[in-house]
Amino acid sequence: MNALLTMEGMDRHDLEDLLDLGDEFASVLDRDIPKVPTLRGATVATLFFEPSTRTRLSFERAARALSADVLSFNPGTSSVTKGESLKDTALTLRAMGADLMVVRHGTGGAPHRVAGWVDVPVVNAGDGSHQHPTQAILDCLTLRRHFGKLDGLRIGIVGDIRHSRVARSGLQAFSTMGASVTLIAPPTLLPRHLDDWPVEVVGNFDDVLDQLDVVYLLRVQQERGASAGFTSLPEYVRRFGLDDRRFSRLHAEAVVMHPGPMNRGVEISPDVADSHRTLILEQVRNGVAARMAVLFRLLTGEEGTR
Amino acid sequence: MTAVEAAVMDADDMRRALHRIAHEIVERHHGATDLVLVGIHTRGVPLARDIADAIASFEESRVPVGELDIGLYRDDLGLRSSTRLSRTLIPVDIDDRPVVLVDDVLYTGRTIRAALDALSDLGRASTVELAVLVDRGHRQIPIRPDFVGKNLPTSIDQRVRVRTTGVDDQAGVWVETDG
Repeated sequence: MNALLTMEGMDRHDLEDLLDLGDEFASVLDRDIPKVPTLRGATVATLFFEPSTRTRLSFERAARALSADVLSFNPGTSSVTKGESLKDTALTLRAMGADLMVVRHGTGGAPHRVAGWVDVPVVNAGDGSHQHPTQAILDCLTLRRHFGKLDGLRIGIVGDIRHSRVARSGLQAFSTMGASVTLIAPPTLLPRHLDDWPVEVVGNFDDVLDQLDVVYLLRVQQERGASAGFTSLPEYVRRFGLDDRRFSRLHAEAVVMHPGPMNRGVEISPDVADSHRTLILEQVRNGVAARMAVLFRLLTGEEGTR
Repeated sequence: MTAVEAAVMDADDMRRALHRIAHEIVERHHGATDLVLVGIHTRGVPLARDIADAIASFEESRVPVGELDIGLYRDDLGLRSSTRLSRTLIPVDIDDRPVVLVDDVLYTGRTIRAALDALSDLGRASTVELAVLVDRGHRQIPIRPDFVGKNLPTSIDQRVRVRTTGVDDQAGVWVETDG
């Protein structure tokens, strides 16, 4: 592995390798001293051209738990406002000694471009509506740690599939791991081309509620124009929100996931959000371990640069 | 170039050596109370279990056995072709307890250096000692073993193969020389 740009094409062997590493790093994070010296001397740069707190913090926590140094680039306070290009920013950070770059960008494909300009591994931390591979890996890790395996699980991804990089990366990873994926959304929030996706599509949430092992709620992304996909927020909540009534109809072992940040009272009711059957904080915890696995594999694997 | 393998210990020799080490450990500690054995992956783990079994055969108590992977503590990560991690699991709190690290072959000492770092991140043992089945010499750092199954003088271009039950088909120690 010399970059992590997309879940597309990642086979089960490579994904399970990352999950096994993730398990080991989760146990490191549980120790009294949650830090190992593995990447001492390496520098991880985070380039986030889109607002994000949790993903950036998660990557930086992961890098530090492996004893790597962190170069944190913030476009709001930098030369981007003076018109510096993505390319020059990447080359500048490389020249400062970055051994790996974590890139988030509002435009799909931006991390791929960066990977073409620099001679170090690049990790896509979310590009537009395209991909968010580390979210998919941490979600697989969370499900595997909870259920033991993903094989045979029925996972319903609910909401704005069209604008969701989380859904795109997630459904590929979930099916690679042997789960079956059901997309639950109105036609206006589905991508135009679904033909080659390994999924089932359902328009009525209530029809499949009692068959789901996992309800994966997506955030209503008003900043990406999601609200154009339905007539009103109350209408969305009525049809696709996981309210207390729907929650009570799930089977006893079913769990609820959400990539965060949540809109309480929109896609998830406050009581469901606080229920012990939501894995949302587990996802956050495992996110650090999964990102440690990715950094470790990219910086020490066969193609590592150190 | 074909490698020639010469047997230096068979399964019985190994069993006797591990039994002797078990006795030496218990003798030095005046019993097995509080003792923790920690095997270093891969083959230190079954050897630590064998020593614990031996101790159980003549002492009242069963010594806990932990397993330690030192992959995250190596000083040569970038030099290796690929890295797989095994499980690190120590079933008891090692604070203030005597720990005996167990490995198959002691060579440069770098694995033990890494193991000491890994162990100190897991707790503060009262003492740490080292038991190895084979000491083949050629240390690169100041590390010495406390319990040795067999001292085996080798040249640097030879390789020492330890095989253990549980990991391999047949237990024993072989020296491989390029012929």
